[in-house]
Amino acid sequence: MGNSAPILEVRDLLKTFGAVVAAKDINVDIFEGEVVGIIGANGAGKTCFVNMVTGYLAPTEGSIKYSGKELIGLETRKITHAGISRSFQVSQVFHSMTVSENLMIAIAIINNQGLDALRLMDTPEVRSQLDDILSRYKLDIHRDSTVSSLAQGVRKLLDIAMAVVSRPRILLLDEPTSGISVEEKFDFMDIVMGALRDDGVTVLFVEHDMEIVARYVGRVLAFYQGEIIADMPPKKALADKKVQEFVIGKEHHKQKK
Amino acid sequence: MFGDKTSKFVVLGGLLIILVGSFAPNWIVNQFMFGFSRALAILGLMVLWRTGLVSFGHAFYFGLGAYAVAIFDIKFGVTDVFLRLLAGAFVAGLAGYLLGFIMRNYRDIFFAMLNTAISMVLFGIVVKTEALGSTDGFAISMSTIFGMSPESKYPLFVIITLVGILAALIVNFYLKSTYGRLTTAIRDNEIRVEYLGFSVAHAIHLKYTISTILAGGAGALMAMSLGQVDPESMINWTVSGELVFVTILSGPGNVLAPFIGSLVFEVLRTYAFELAPQAWQLIMGATFLTIIFFLPGGIWSLLEKFGGKKNGK
Repeated sequence: MGNSAPILEVRDLLKTFGAVVAAKDINVDIFEGEVVGIIGANGAGKTCFVNMVTGYLAPTEGSIKYSGKELIGLETRKITHAGISRSFQVSQVFHSMTVSENLMIAIAIINNQGLDALRLMDTPEVRSQLDDILSRYKLDIHRDSTVSSLAQGVRKLLDIAMAVVSRPRILLLDEPTSGISVEEKFDFMDIVMGALRDDGVTVLFVEHDMEIVARYVGRVLAFYQGEIIADMPPKKALADKKVQEFVIGKEHHKQKK
Repeated sequence: MFGDKTSKFVVLGGLLIILVGSFAPNWIVNQFMFGFSRALAILGLMVLWRTGLVSFGHAFYFGLGAYAVAIFDIKFGVTDVFLRLLAGAFVAGLAGYLLGFIMRNYRDIFFAMLNTAISMVLFGIVVKTEALGSTDGFAISMSTIFGMSPESKYPLFVIITLVGILAALIVNFYLKSTYGRLTTAIRDNEIRVEYLGFSVAHAIHLKYTISTILAGGAGALMAMSLGQVDPESMINWTVSGELVFVTILSGPGNVLAPFIGSLVFEVLRTYAFELAPQAWQLIMGATFLTIIFFLPGGIWSLLEKFGGKKNGK
């Protein structure tokens, strides 16, 4: 890992909103195949980081290179084409459509760029890709259900499935297990991480649940007030004093009460 | 490609109407000509509506199409029905494409009212300009078909119906394409569409341009059907309102809906006017309320209900 060039290279990233500093001095290298957990209290700058990497927010200063190419200044859709995709804390899907229609639109958009978008959407090729993704993300039984009638967990699964249709090399998941019950969260993550591992995707995910972090990631980035205060393996990070104080300390305190 | 139920219905229904028109009295042929001319514009508004966009200013493009016919007639002596149609659709489409760079950045009420604003600017210019006919407008000479002057209105009616069939087939195909299916996707969630790698602005721009070409074509056909253009009945904001009215009356369910809705509107207006010359708007208003309260999916949803969706989507 150490010898290969990083797939994502973030240097001196700064983001300010007026006087508020949302991200500062962010320097991090992500290597191909890594599963990285991003932790931090609310407002620590986790989602802001995800938004900057995916082009939703423009950094005030700094550089984000993907396979050596600068991403800053590119629109979100160009970053998707380059190979970086994301899911959302609140699932961003097409609520009035069925699960199948959601995924078919995603597949058709990826397959048919430019004038090809005038081709028919519902083709045997799209259908076969649809079946594949429905089975890998265990969404078969919901295929004809309208999204607005689905449980939160299924919507989140669909949100992630929509994000991987473009076959990204890097996937950023923003709080994948938020809104999912304690009993379901490990099954949910097993489905997601299993499918992503098969595809060899580099994963960065924002997470509040330390059990999930400890179980699925190989490396932790801990954010506090817009800065990365720890970049280390999960066991070490969870035992780190700064992380305990600024990231998980309050939670422990509450639990003790 | 065009083998679905809707396409077959469009072709068969259109041909049947052409046949019926050959022995129908003049006033019925007229109703169909006005109804089907306007239906083209409604078809375009339907595409926008499915994207969640309502334009309260498409009389701008309708008027441009109509006035293009008049100006080309007066300045260059263009009388051929196809050239007139192309001129109307082209002028409106070009204006729509250029203004689309602005419109694609706006949504909801801002989109609706920005369109009204530009239509009122055109209305003001036309009303105040003698060279454009001012409030009186222009009379348009009879349209010719491949150099021949038809003796009745029937040939123009046939052409309008054929243009309607062609437009309905193209829009039906478009709505089934990836671009077309994006209509509802954009209405539901623009962020996801962008993150899937598709430009929402480009998609809306294309839909807007399509709607303006259709509105221009509609204006050109209406001008030829009526034999005259004037700002009050072609460009004024009330015309835009009328187009939105017919769009809601028709419903967004199928490309056949604008043709049925537009025809119903034409008949309804004629009879409302005959029945209550001083209060015909009351009948139209009551119809509108009934549609909104009981048939939010328009007349098409009623047909779907009774036809058990036999017509297909």
